[in-house]
Amino acid sequence: MTIHEVPQKRLTTPFYPRLTELDRLNNWHSWKGYTSTDALYDPELEYFAIRNSTGVFDLSPMTKYRITGPDSLDYINRLVTRDMNKIKPGRVAYAVWCNDQGQIIDDGTIFHLREGEYRLCSQERHLPWLVSAAIGFDVSIVEETAEVAGLAVQGPTSFSILRTLGLSGIEELKPFGLTHFDFEGSELMVSRTGFTGDLGYELWIEPAKALALWDALFEAGKLYGITAIGTHALEMARIEAGYIAAVTDFLPAELTVRSGRSRSPFELGLDWLVDFKKPTFNGRRALAEEKRRGSNWRLVKLDIDGNKPANHSYIYTKKNGKRIQAGFTTSAMWSPVCKQNIAIGTVNTPYGNVGDTMQVEIYYQREMLWTRVMADAVVVDKPFWDPARRRATPPGNY
Amino acid sequence: MKTYDAIVVGAGHNGLANAAFLAKAGLDVLCLEKNPYIGGAAVSLNLYEDWIYSNCSYVCSLLRPEIYRSLDLARHGLQVTPYGGGMTFMENGDYLGAYWDSETRYKEYSRFSKHDADAYERYSADTMRQCRFIRDFMMRTPPDPTSFKPRDLMELMAIGKKFYEMGEDRMYDTVRFWTQSVAEYLDEYFETDVIKTALSGSGIIGTALGIHSPGTAYVLLHHYMGEVDGNVGAWGFARGGMGAVSQAIANSFQSYGGEIRTNAGVEQILVKNGKVTGVALTSGEEISARVVVSNMDVKRTFMKCMDEKDLPEDFLHRVKNFKIRGSSGKLNIALDGLPTFPALPKGSPLLDGDMHFIDSMERMELAFDDWKEGTWSKDPYVDMLIPTITDPTMAPPGKHFMSCFVQYCPEKIEGRAWTNEERDAFGKTVIDQIAKYSPDFKDLILHVEIRTPQDIENEAGLTEGNIFHGELTMDQLLFNRPVPGYAQYRGPVKGMYMCGSSTHPGGGVMAAPGANAAREILSDLKRQNTVPENFGDD
Repeated sequence: MTIHEVPQKRLTTPFYPRLTELDRLNNWHSWKGYTSTDALYDPELEYFAIRNSTGVFDLSPMTKYRITGPDSLDYINRLVTRDMNKIKPGRVAYAVWCNDQGQIIDDGTIFHLREGEYRLCSQERHLPWLVSAAIGFDVSIVEETAEVAGLAVQGPTSFSILRTLGLSGIEELKPFGLTHFDFEGSELMVSRTGFTGDLGYELWIEPAKALALWDALFEAGKLYGITAIGTHALEMARIEAGYIAAVTDFLPAELTVRSGRSRSPFELGLDWLVDFKKPTFNGRRALAEEKRRGSNWRLVKLDIDGNKPANHSYIYTKKNGKRIQAGFTTSAMWSPVCKQNIAIGTVNTPYGNVGDTMQVEIYYQREMLWTRVMADAVVVDKPFWDPARRRATPPGNY
Repeated sequence: MKTYDAIVVGAGHNGLANAAFLAKAGLDVLCLEKNPYIGGAAVSLNLYEDWIYSNCSYVCSLLRPEIYRSLDLARHGLQVTPYGGGMTFMENGDYLGAYWDSETRYKEYSRFSKHDADAYERYSADTMRQCRFIRDFMMRTPPDPTSFKPRDLMELMAIGKKFYEMGEDRMYDTVRFWTQSVAEYLDEYFETDVIKTALSGSGIIGTALGIHSPGTAYVLLHHYMGEVDGNVGAWGFARGGMGAVSQAIANSFQSYGGEIRTNAGVEQILVKNGKVTGVALTSGEEISARVVVSNMDVKRTFMKCMDEKDLPEDFLHRVKNFKIRGSSGKLNIALDGLPTFPALPKGSPLLDGDMHFIDSMERMELAFDDWKEGTWSKDPYVDMLIPTITDPTMAPPGKHFMSCFVQYCPEKIEGRAWTNEERDAFGKTVIDQIAKYSPDFKDLILHVEIRTPQDIENEAGLTEGNIFHGELTMDQLLFNRPVPGYAQYRGPVKGMYMCGSSTHPGGGVMAAPGANAAREILSDLKRQNTVPENFGDD
């Protein structure tokens, strides 16, 4: 009889062999059980590749589910808060799904691959929730994380690289569109999506063709500054784009232990994702009630004075001439491309309206000595980084 | 003749903790123990050559960190080392491993069901939510819901507030959780039999109930709410065996000037004019004290060591009906070497933890059926550990001590006392079950101590050998523990108190009952409180 032992080592993605070839730092972390790189040679320079040429990020560990069957549209419409009727085949939707209390279980992207065939990508794993939400629907839900390798190809030259790769017609792909190509006899799915707020694409392929795709991509990109990047660089771009991240800027509701630590879509500024015209969806009643009586929390994007990043900072406001605590930052950085001190945070309502000036308490250390500053911070509504090239179709050559 | 400020009857960990907090407040305290050694059921005994046996309780988690710190137990010699691992052996030759690392656990559970691998996260969060609700009340005296005293009202409001703060849906969950069976609770999350089985054991340990009996979900919680250094749910070994816990508390007690007498069994707690005056020892000696605290369980205290005429009838009636049924036995084994388990890879870290040999919910329930029939389980639930893999002090190098907690095991066989042959047959049942998964196990056995509930009662004094001094079901918790109206550690006679695990929050080597009782006594005596508050949110 064979003796079984579950491997305790972190898994590796299909692109791991190429990542290790390029890796100079040996800086790795675990992403849902997969070995994932912090940075391969320099996190700052990798970040600038995203903004200046093209950064390539291995997103294979992203949790993926394949949803198919005659009721798949109805099922997804019941699951998420937004109206999925509008998301036709060949389109991608950012969505959140809630529990019955209207609290967000997770956010993710839903790819409408073909008529009645969807892929849902998320940070956390949700099979029990997805399965129990499917009762009464004729759908199949299959976890396919390991069956699909994914690369984010992000930056101003990404379009030129994919065109050089021979993806004809890619110039017509609009933001949040997806299309299929043949790659060496396998299906290559390309979506114009990403986590960087810039021109960019995501490439999805079966693991057996992953290395061939990588090689072809890097060959096509060698004159366009193609650069493999790690999580650190992506995280910087993510904050500049004003995107929220699960576990960092909000907690999946089902994993919170203390009451009041989860968030509704309204509390994360995602009102636009909630469509009350839909007769039923998970959390609808609770969200309608919240809409009526108001929310407890509000997500804010802050433009902060000075240049000291406001990590783990309290946010204050003035009330009757007195300074009171209003919330805290969840993501913060000095933005090299915007030349701005930026942060994403959570504050109690009614504070944090767009245009309000709040205060942020920043602690920073220089040669062991800690210093505290109170900096003014203006609440802004637009992403910190939002270049026109992100939306241009066809994209420019750059 | 000397009159002590307080006499504590029984030098178990709760008695010693109670005594230590009283002595710390400056009282003149004597702690009496019938056995020649202290510790009660938290004890390390040298029963075979150089081996040290944790022959009653065997692992440590629930011991309140507030007590650990305020009695300075580290300085007094206590060291608790956490362990990981553990597994459930399966009849088909496979096993389910328990891993601390969440991704490894995910992979292990995924072998059986991806659904269950995901579900564990939610199960864990939901269970932790219930833990947090109840943990805050461990170091507090339960309020009496019928009382209008400001303190009771305040405490009731504190519970109500915490309950309300959970949110509507979670309030429903909580009420269900407290009344539900562990099997029903697990069914809400998992689909795989062996996964449910592995998690269900904590719901029945020390309890004369089956996994399908209402109330067992709470028992599971009782085993989850402990911690080692803030790692909630973690369990550890006391270095040198569980007697190290009692010894450290005893050292602390003595450092405050306390006095311990062993071989000093109490025959009766003496009462005069409705007030406690002291105790009479089995030797005939009488010792007087203004306060007498019983660390014995309520049945032993009131039915064996007090004059029934001194007690209110209704109270006595309730004590008689307090559920404290014998449901578990124990095997303590000295081993010549580490047994091998062919199902496991060589050097598996899973061996560090608790091993189980029942792989289905049906077998768990069948084990309980035997108990109902008045006999021990022929296919028992065994919680087996080899502490010497972690602790180098309990056996010579290369040798091992094995602790087998065995459920179910009745106090009487079909209503009569155990015979020696039956005790041996009980031991053989357990050894045979383990040997099925470890062919060399039997050959390594150097010495076995077999303990039925009756043996445990005779030695440690626990009525029916019940490890919790009474079952941890909702009807016997909080203000109902041990008896409604007497949940605040005061006995029915002036000057008489209870500090054993029959009182809130129950058993499990927490030392919380002892500490809570000390707080009440010091308050009655208008002395400064020495008992710490709980650390709060964590």
